[in-house]
Amino acid sequence: MDLSAISPTLLVASLMVAATPILLAALGEMVVEKAGVLNLGVEGMMIMGAVTGFVAAIESGSPWAGFLAAAIGGAAMALLFGFLTQVLLSNQVATGLALTLFGLGLSALIGQGYVGIKANSLGRVDLGALSDLPFVGRVLFGHDPIVYLSLLLVAGVWAFLRFTRAGLILRAVGESHNAAHALGYHVRRVRMTAIAFGGACAGLGGAYLSLVRVPQWTEGMTAGAGWIALAIVVFASWRAERVLVGAYLFGGITVLQLNLQTAGARVPVELLSAAPYLVTILVLVLISIRARRGGAAPADLARPFHAST
Amino acid sequence: MTNKTFLALAATLGLTGAALAQDDPIKAGFIYVGPIGDGGWTYQHDQGRLALEEEYGDRVETVYQESVPEGADAERAITQMALGGADIIFTTSFGYMDATNAVAEKFPDVKFEHATGFKRDHPNVSTYDARFYEGRAVLGTLAGHLTETNKIGYIGSFPIPENIQGINSAYLHAKEVNPDVEMVVTWAYTWFDPAKEADAARAMIDQGVDVILQHTDSTAPQAAAEEANANGGRVFTFGQASDMAEFKPEPRVASIIDNWAPYYIERVGAVMDGTWEQQASWGGMAEGEVVIGEITDAVPEEAKAAAEEMIANITDGSYHPFTGPINKQDGSEWLAEGEVAEDGELAGMDFYVEGITGDIPN
Amino acid sequence: MIRLERRPTPSRVWGAASPLLAVALTMVSGGLMFAALGQDPLEALRTIFWDPVLGEFAWYFRAQLLVKAAPLILIAAGLAIGFRAGIWNIGAEGQYIVGAIAGAAAGLAFYPSESALIFPLMVVCGALGGFLWAMIPAVLKVTLGTNEILVSLMLVYVADNLLASAAVGWLRNPDAVGFPGSRNLSQWEASANPELIAGTGMHWGVVAALIAVIFAHVLMTRHLMGFHIRLAGQAPRAARFAGVAPARLVLFCLGLSGLLAGLAGLFEVTGPAGQVSIDFASGYGFTAIIVAFLGRLNPLGIVAAGLLMAVTYVGGDNAAANLGIPGAAISAFQGMLLFFLLAVDVLSNFRVRVGRGALA
Repeated sequence: MDLSAISPTLLVASLMVAATPILLAALGEMVVEKAGVLNLGVEGMMIMGAVTGFVAAIESGSPWAGFLAAAIGGAAMALLFGFLTQVLLSNQVATGLALTLFGLGLSALIGQGYVGIKANSLGRVDLGALSDLPFVGRVLFGHDPIVYLSLLLVAGVWAFLRFTRAGLILRAVGESHNAAHALGYHVRRVRMTAIAFGGACAGLGGAYLSLVRVPQWTEGMTAGAGWIALAIVVFASWRAERVLVGAYLFGGITVLQLNLQTAGARVPVELLSAAPYLVTILVLVLISIRARRGGAAPADLARPFHAST
Repeated sequence: MTNKTFLALAATLGLTGAALAQDDPIKAGFIYVGPIGDGGWTYQHDQGRLALEEEYGDRVETVYQESVPEGADAERAITQMALGGADIIFTTSFGYMDATNAVAEKFPDVKFEHATGFKRDHPNVSTYDARFYEGRAVLGTLAGHLTETNKIGYIGSFPIPENIQGINSAYLHAKEVNPDVEMVVTWAYTWFDPAKEADAARAMIDQGVDVILQHTDSTAPQAAAEEANANGGRVFTFGQASDMAEFKPEPRVASIIDNWAPYYIERVGAVMDGTWEQQASWGGMAEGEVVIGEITDAVPEEAKAAAEEMIANITDGSYHPFTGPINKQDGSEWLAEGEVAEDGELAGMDFYVEGITGDIPN
Repeated sequence: MIRLERRPTPSRVWGAASPLLAVALTMVSGGLMFAALGQDPLEALRTIFWDPVLGEFAWYFRAQLLVKAAPLILIAAGLAIGFRAGIWNIGAEGQYIVGAIAGAAAGLAFYPSESALIFPLMVVCGALGGFLWAMIPAVLKVTLGTNEILVSLMLVYVADNLLASAAVGWLRNPDAVGFPGSRNLSQWEASANPELIAGTGMHWGVVAALIAVIFAHVLMTRHLMGFHIRLAGQAPRAARFAGVAPARLVLFCLGLSGLLAGLAGLFEVTGPAGQVSIDFASGYGFTAIIVAFLGRLNPLGIVAAGLLMAVTYVGGDNAAANLGIPGAAISAFQGMLLFFLLAVDVLSNFRVRVGRGALA
């Protein structure tokens, strides 16, 4: 075993790249859940983002067009979910699962002609001298633009939920849709907006996989990333800054495990892969011990809303 | 269900697969484990299927089913193909072994060909595989020449004999041209997971590996190497299963290609003229089943010449990649001077050769 | 404008008619999709829906429908009881996996004994495995109030990794020269779960599914527990006044659904699947959630829904093999069917009013 072969700088840098797709998806899902909606279709929206982003990037030649298309593709899937659950009041759990099934199939269908093609990837942002600083240069200033976008988005969501009136309304809707409705807020409109935002984020996360991290299109390439995103939201107890921590921790585990293996360390692969979920359960338990009621989850999570008046 | 009832049912309805007149086209079925679009394993099997159509034209009809999960669904898919009148069915993944044999028992007139397995419980089941270790010897030679950091990486899929043969073969031949070379093995525990393969390749590159061999099927490691090179790195890779030509001339400097076409043409031909017999086929470079893709100009002349010479020697049978003296990892003798490994021993290979560090997980 | 008005009680007419409407809508839009792919839509739909049931080889496929539907029905019957009470076990996939592993491990510990006691022992251990796995979210919910949706979901992934470690490690077939996967349990007489009547597809899992459905039906209609469950789901506060102990209900519902999922896993691993392999988890636990909803959380409806899902699987595979329709189109088609079924459900619970509402 030669652990000195692992460079902490490069480890942190690749961990950030590995974590970005789940960070984006988890952040979106957190906003959705804050509004009181549980969308289990994250995986389906991510994979649709991955394929629409890839196709658009190939056809237009611009990765940016790809990311835009991915956000739209993810949001479109999310709105399908929104229409079913908010307008037709179908069960959220079942609809979310159906969304994943549908997304996996539809994406494979769309992507059929795009397998094995190379996309032109995003380069790293060149910040000149900053990027050449030891450690921080590579870790902080040596990434592609989407990594920075995801960090900005974390800050944006954090500020939005904390300081803005719209953020307050969103949280109110998630805590008690009846009260929010009584106060004259448009519960359904707020939720639909949140759902679309969540879909767009998941789409971006998927496109990051197909355009930067891998970068190519293959069927089922999200390989469960959407489910990890769902776990992170819980792990983060519905707080943006903790979503960041959670995503980097969870994203880091695969990278760490492969790095340890490469360095020759014997690692119980399965235990390491299961660790994020076990930790999430532990966090859930800790939250409930502290809160003693439902934890920090929005009180009306996954409850359907129908204005009877 | 007992087989008698099953056959009785099938016979009553006049539907056993081989109840075909002589001049009907031969129907060949293919069961694939992944999507054709995987760009690797399944893609190459499908290329073999297309070559079959090309070769025999109207005399053959092919059907296939993609992404058949290994397990209960496989048995149904194979049965369904047999019911649909297939004369010969190729099941192209190890995990179909029990299902293939179970269905073969029910359809004694249909021929079954199972890739990479070892069970031939019924006279109508053959197995086939390719000597990938022959190709790995060539890639190992190239890797030994190319590496500057003296660290060669091998992304393994599962710790099964096929992978271990490949690791040993690549290492032995890299070491022959570069005695300081060190082999870094990472097990991905998957045949195909682009994101994980990319991460595995990145972890290797981060730790100073500059030549990567992969036994997993996606092009993600190639892309990771290309990215590293775009940022000032010097990393080389080899195409796996298919040519992965889009990463030419570097990082991809050569490739090891599975070419099933000769085998499929031969076996379907045997069904046509009634000479099909059970066998366990293990073809290699000589049979054209293992092919080394174009060696690009990124490789120094001398290394390219060495690789080409080795291809010629393996193909004409004058050289076997596992020729003694070779010791096992613990230092005990495996093959004496001039001794050549037996097929049976290779098929169950579960040890590293001397010089490779680390253990095979189990 | 269009407005929804809640019906005082769900409409019986629409409850029965809406699934038919959904299937019809799916046929139309699915047919359009197949046409867009250059296929004959009628041919495709006939291959998917007609051939497995009444086509040329239906004598084989009808048996396969049972094989495919049994685990879905078995799991969904248990889940639906919990869903009725507002207890959300969405981790049945994990309980299914753990049931299979626990049962297989118990059996393989005695390999190669030919004792007749081995299969019953495996059944007990499989049920117990699923039960205990479900008890984790149940106990956490009862003692600490932890959200059972999330805990049971997380445990699916833990179970997945447990499965991987069993398949490549501690349950691996020592005779398979390093290939992952356990010994074949369906070929070892003592552990095999074979067809009970030749050619019917009937194995112990199908029997168990039938028993589970009858049990669930009796429980929900004839038993006080069933009344409590329905009450807790519809009017939690009233339930408390009626003396329903929420904790007992949680333990009962999660435990029962875990037990049934574990059984489903055990029957699958000893029969159709044959071995513990990395790909053993085929998503039955998740699909069963959808089946439970399609069946309107009613045991008899679940039987119909499970069979319908099985038809789309078996028929979809047929279409993939015979017509060259990509497998992806088949899963998209299934997704459509689910969406439509979920969407038309609104008709049984709400009246659709067109025109200006008094207060809208």
